[in-house]
Amino acid sequence: MRLATFKGGVHPPEKKELAKDKKIERFPLPDTVFVYMANHAGAPAKPVVQKDQEVKTGQVIGEPAGVISAFVHSPVTGKVVEIKKMLHPIIGKPVDTVIIQRTGDDEWELLEGHGDFEKMEPDQIIDLIKRAGIVGLGGAMFPTHVKLSPPPGKKIDTLIINGAECEPYLTIDYRMMLERAEDLLTGIKILKKVLGVERVFVGVENNKMDSIEHLQKVFAGQPIEVVPLKTKYPQGSEKQLIFAITGRKVPRGGLPLDVGVVVQNVGTTIAIKEAVVDGKPLVERGLTVTGEAVKNPGNYIVRIGTPAKAILDHAELDENVDRVLFGGPMMGIAIRDINTPIMKGTSGITALLPEQTEIKMPKPCIRCSKCVMVCPMNLQPYLLYHLVLKKKYDEAVQIGLLDCIECGSCSYICPSKIEHVRQIKLGKTVYRALRGAKK
Amino acid sequence: MIKLKMGNPPHIRTEDTVRAVMVDVLIGLIPATIAATIFFGWYALFLIVLGAFAGELIELWIMKELRKIKDFKWDGSAAVTGALLAMNVGVGTPWWVMLIGVFFALAVAKHAFGGLGQNIFNPALAGRAFLLISFPTYMTGKVFLLPDTVTQATPLTLFGDAGHNINAVWNAGITYWDLFVGKVGGTLGETSALALLIGFVYLVIRKRIKLVIPVTYISTTFVFALIGWLINPKLGDPLFHILSGGLMLGALFMATDMVTSPMTPKGQAIFGFGAGALTYIIRLFGAYPEGVSFSILIMNGLVPLIDMYTQPRIFGEVKE
Repeated sequence: MRLATFKGGVHPPEKKELAKDKKIERFPLPDTVFVYMANHAGAPAKPVVQKDQEVKTGQVIGEPAGVISAFVHSPVTGKVVEIKKMLHPIIGKPVDTVIIQRTGDDEWELLEGHGDFEKMEPDQIIDLIKRAGIVGLGGAMFPTHVKLSPPPGKKIDTLIINGAECEPYLTIDYRMMLERAEDLLTGIKILKKVLGVERVFVGVENNKMDSIEHLQKVFAGQPIEVVPLKTKYPQGSEKQLIFAITGRKVPRGGLPLDVGVVVQNVGTTIAIKEAVVDGKPLVERGLTVTGEAVKNPGNYIVRIGTPAKAILDHAELDENVDRVLFGGPMMGIAIRDINTPIMKGTSGITALLPEQTEIKMPKPCIRCSKCVMVCPMNLQPYLLYHLVLKKKYDEAVQIGLLDCIECGSCSYICPSKIEHVRQIKLGKTVYRALRGAKK
Repeated sequence: MIKLKMGNPPHIRTEDTVRAVMVDVLIGLIPATIAATIFFGWYALFLIVLGAFAGELIELWIMKELRKIKDFKWDGSAAVTGALLAMNVGVGTPWWVMLIGVFFALAVAKHAFGGLGQNIFNPALAGRAFLLISFPTYMTGKVFLLPDTVTQATPLTLFGDAGHNINAVWNAGITYWDLFVGKVGGTLGETSALALLIGFVYLVIRKRIKLVIPVTYISTTFVFALIGWLINPKLGDPLFHILSGGLMLGALFMATDMVTSPMTPKGQAIFGFGAGALTYIIRLFGAYPEGVSFSILIMNGLVPLIDMYTQPRIFGEVKE
């Protein structure tokens, strides 16, 4: 059988075995949560609660502050103890953070108007998704209601559910597909109704054959095709996934909807079901805690705002830990403070030992051309690195600086251990700042 | 309190290092080294080993004493240069000439350009060109000794001296089999196509080779020779041309040098084609009987240009 795939990519050690057989458990409610107002891409939300105010689980504590922004809800029932600026691991700057002390068990404030989606209009569903504060749980945290509202004139004909989970170590999407397939199905039905599409694919890497077979069983009789994908990183990257499944190429600088496709992550789709049918705003998410530096890896449903330390204590963190990542080892962000709170986009906590992160013998580029061969965007990472180093940003943009998806395949494969991605990210930031300054 | 370290993604890397790449290339040269020892004697082995060790020591000295780089760790690239240069000299070469060649290759062709990864020309070939000019006696292929101490000119010299007449080669009693296993005159590493191919297969399995280059290189020379042969059979058949001289050594181990070859498959094809065509043209029309080294050196010089004009089309880029 020919597996769907893309050109390029790498095969890092999968390391899924650490956590793949651990059933999803509900993580104990945290005593204190730290909720960033930037729990999504775009403008941070505006806090709408005050110090000492009592809040229920699911109550709105932050309102969107722009078109691309999202609602933020209280993940526990308790009292706001402080609103202050805390360092955000992705933005790299302090952002408004609401700190809530839990006072007891959950008293839910559910979303108004939830229930039987069959009786709802697409607009009503999108409104519910927006009020539930749902964002892409795969990591990008892009507000889902924006993604589901294509501008007029763009015809969407295909929905792809992203179950590739190509990032090494992480297993939460895999567990979700095994344990929550019925909810996933309902979520897909909701998305089909919103988008008015008939073609639905679920893309799953073929290192998860049991979840593929399980989904096929649960989806039997439904017009949903579960597509086995070749296990190769970054198979789950949006553009590569769309190409692998439909053969369509998202144009340079374009979005999936330019080729009539919407992609949603497995976790996001389940969150949509919980919001629309059960009325639960996005106050918790599934994540994998894993890596060689934890003795007890697992998959958990965790409240947003739970400090990483609580989860790592539970997983028994090795004191020789080198770094702790939000996400997996290829694209995850190293956190500076072990108390950094879980965000809506935190798909995993990966704790690595020095053995895994060691960079052996950095050398100058020997032009082996491996970075060019593995780049899934068909870029020339060695040249982008060089141009950014020489501060030739315009030239770098011409050859694709802004097309880089930062998957890290080039740096992973490089025998000289060159940090292409770091340099490219820097180049993007500087280029955008310079362009902003010119305007 | 646990202190967390920071770092940039990706947080994991392949085990691969430059040293591992270079060690593999050295392993790939072992069959040719064995062949050289069989056909040219122990002194051949001595020259190759000398080249490799001298290369590393000279580079160490350059890095520590001239470039003042304290934390330099050997990576094996200088050993590859030294061994390849030894493959390119005759067995009559004195050990001190060998050392001069290695020194030139590393000091001038490599480090004067900035060191590892920065050189435009293949250092071993630059070293060979330098020796060819400075010590033509040892390099021009008329004093090569076989173990039975019979002096024999290289097949290409016989061919060239006879006014590009292939019959001179066959009249000397040389067979295709001799050419294939390497029982003919030539430089240490070039004669045995068989040994070179064995080493090459190892490098292909280990994915250490820009495979497009040797394929286009050899097939281009083959096609050019085929055309020449069809026009005039005296010019030699294609099999003779790809089995003789430095073609196998050049196409499999010299043109594939990562630093001095293009970065994209399209560029590598152009590079291989150019080198293959120039090789045949120099053999027929040049002042020297053999054209492999000069062909590759010329193409080395064109690499920046080739890279500029063969940039890959970015994913999602629309045809213009």
